Amino acid sequence: MKSYQQIISGNKRTDRTFVVIGLLVLLIAMLTLVALILDLAIQGLPRLDWDFMTNFPSRRAARAGIMSAWVGTTLVMIVTAALAIPLGVAAGVYLEEYAPKNWITDIIEINVTNLAGVPSIIYGLLALGLFVYGLGLGQTIQVAGLVLALLILPIVIVSTREGIRSLPQSMREGSYALGADQWQTTVRYILPSARPAILTGSIMGLSRAIGETAPVITIGALTFIAFLPPSPVQESVPFINFDWLESPFSLLPIQMFNWISRPQADFHVNAAAAGVVLLAMTLLMNSFAIYIRYRLRKVL
Amino acid sequence: MKAVSILMSAALGVTASWSAMAQQMVRIDGSSTVFPIIEAVAEEFQIEYRGNYRVTVGVSGTGGGFKKFCRGEVDLTNASRPIRNEEMALCVENGIDFIEMPVALDALAIAVNPRNDWVDYLTIAELKKMWEPEAQGRINNWNQIRESFPDRALELFGAGADSGTYDYFTQAVVGREHASRGDFTASEDDNVLVMGVANTTSALGFFGFAYLDENRNKLKPIPISYQGGAPVLPSIETAKNGTYQPLSRPLFVYVNAAAADEKEAVRKFVDYMLDPELAAELVKEVGYVPLPLEAYEMAQAIFKNRRLGTVFEDGSQIGVSIEDLLQMEGGR
Repeated sequence: MKSYQQIISGNKRTDRTFVVIGLLVLLIAMLTLVALILDLAIQGLPRLDWDFMTNFPSRRAARAGIMSAWVGTTLVMIVTAALAIPLGVAAGVYLEEYAPKNWITDIIEINVTNLAGVPSIIYGLLALGLFVYGLGLGQTIQVAGLVLALLILPIVIVSTREGIRSLPQSMREGSYALGADQWQTTVRYILPSARPAILTGSIMGLSRAIGETAPVITIGALTFIAFLPPSPVQESVPFINFDWLESPFSLLPIQMFNWISRPQADFHVNAAAAGVVLLAMTLLMNSFAIYIRYRLRKVL
Repeated sequence: MKAVSILMSAALGVTASWSAMAQQMVRIDGSSTVFPIIEAVAEEFQIEYRGNYRVTVGVSGTGGGFKKFCRGEVDLTNASRPIRNEEMALCVENGIDFIEMPVALDALAIAVNPRNDWVDYLTIAELKKMWEPEAQGRINNWNQIRESFPDRALELFGAGADSGTYDYFTQAVVGREHASRGDFTASEDDNVLVMGVANTTSALGFFGFAYLDENRNKLKPIPISYQGGAPVLPSIETAKNGTYQPLSRPLFVYVNAAAADEKEAVRKFVDYMLDPELAAELVKEVGYVPLPLEAYEMAQAIFKNRRLGTVFEDGSQIGVSIEDLLQMEGGR
């Protein structure tokens, strides 16, 4: 028969083994990521300069740039964020705070979760049929923004709900006890407290959207385009215009994919440089979210 | 608020300024093989007519391009094979008349690993033995192809089934478009095929000539013997003079005839694309084989006279030399 001492030291050994395995797994994941980023950076960074950012695509690798691609990606992400975040948060709040608990809500919940697993090309086909042909919106920035917003909507909804669900019930009860109604409770207490989770979910969604190619190729994103969409600001009243929503566009991942499949090695370097820019844009988005979270926490 | 205003303007639809701009826009889509040529033409065209015309080029593949073209969504489509009957039916259904023009040649190169010292040449019959559907699971060794070949595993690399390259290769080698064995390493990205052949001693693969040319140190091109003729290596010269057969193929651009009549930008673009000297220079620069000057002149005439339809009513034809092509085009 084992003594307690033996049992305890055995369990401790299991603990230590698990920590070592966990560290190893983490190390493998991190090393792969670091290797990928380093490889991209070593190849791409020397190619990055002002000209590369401000030139249009060209048949000569040394003259080619990503102007139309990064502008397209930025504008599409603005549309995506403007649509997906308000809609996703509103849907999440409704499902968590307002929806009656019955079988219809259950079905909606199951479907929202399932939607997160639908391959992105399916969204592309839906958008092609519905937005491009059905509603006649054309192969434009607004359609790309719409389809990517649909794609990440489940991520935003689910993370909003997780954030709300983790709040203690006592918070709501305290608010009601002070005489607040449900709307006041939601807007003044629930949403601000769930904000970190909502921001994290939104950034996860946008980071996924920024790298997507399949759905945007389906709806007609271009590979060569040597002009920019009309500027969103103008000199005359009302100073902003939305013509750019109707513009044809290209995106960074599409430009990368085109370059990487070219025969000339110089284009592969261009693809790596475009990859660095894409990575930088994703990190920029992330740090923006962290900044907002930090600012708002101070206010609260 | 932002979302509301965006939705509002989305609902308003195309604004006046944009429909005016669409007039000056040439919309192009289609084959990824032809893309580098059209990219080069579009680039120069926009420099030449700075600010006056705009060109957009998408890459939906030859088949995807024809789909958009026959719905009237694009003015030009690039194709690495002639239009198919069912695609033509869609065009007819939508009342789209088109003009077909060859713009360049591409040679499909057959290549092996540089360490492969046993293959000196291959015949089309031997290639067929490797690639036909019946070979699946049965032909796995080099010594099954020719008795003098060593006992080495045969590993095949080729273009994926969605590409025009695959269609042309199967038509030329197997004799039926879209028919081949399924157990080979397929990729839509020719660089992946080049890597595969470069890293596998007993491999054989096929890809566009530009990929061979850029990777001469990693690949060994194989001369091809057709109908008992002397084996011929792929090169710009042999593709141009028609001796590299049947694996050199014409590349096409299809123009929507109504768009050419209505839009000045489309007319200007096609004229620019077919300018014999400029075309030959640009095509060569991006790694393809230019047509002889008189072929571009002939294409100019086809466009000018708006000769509609295709000369390939029975689908892709193999072994079409430029002379044949010119005669076919001229005989319409």
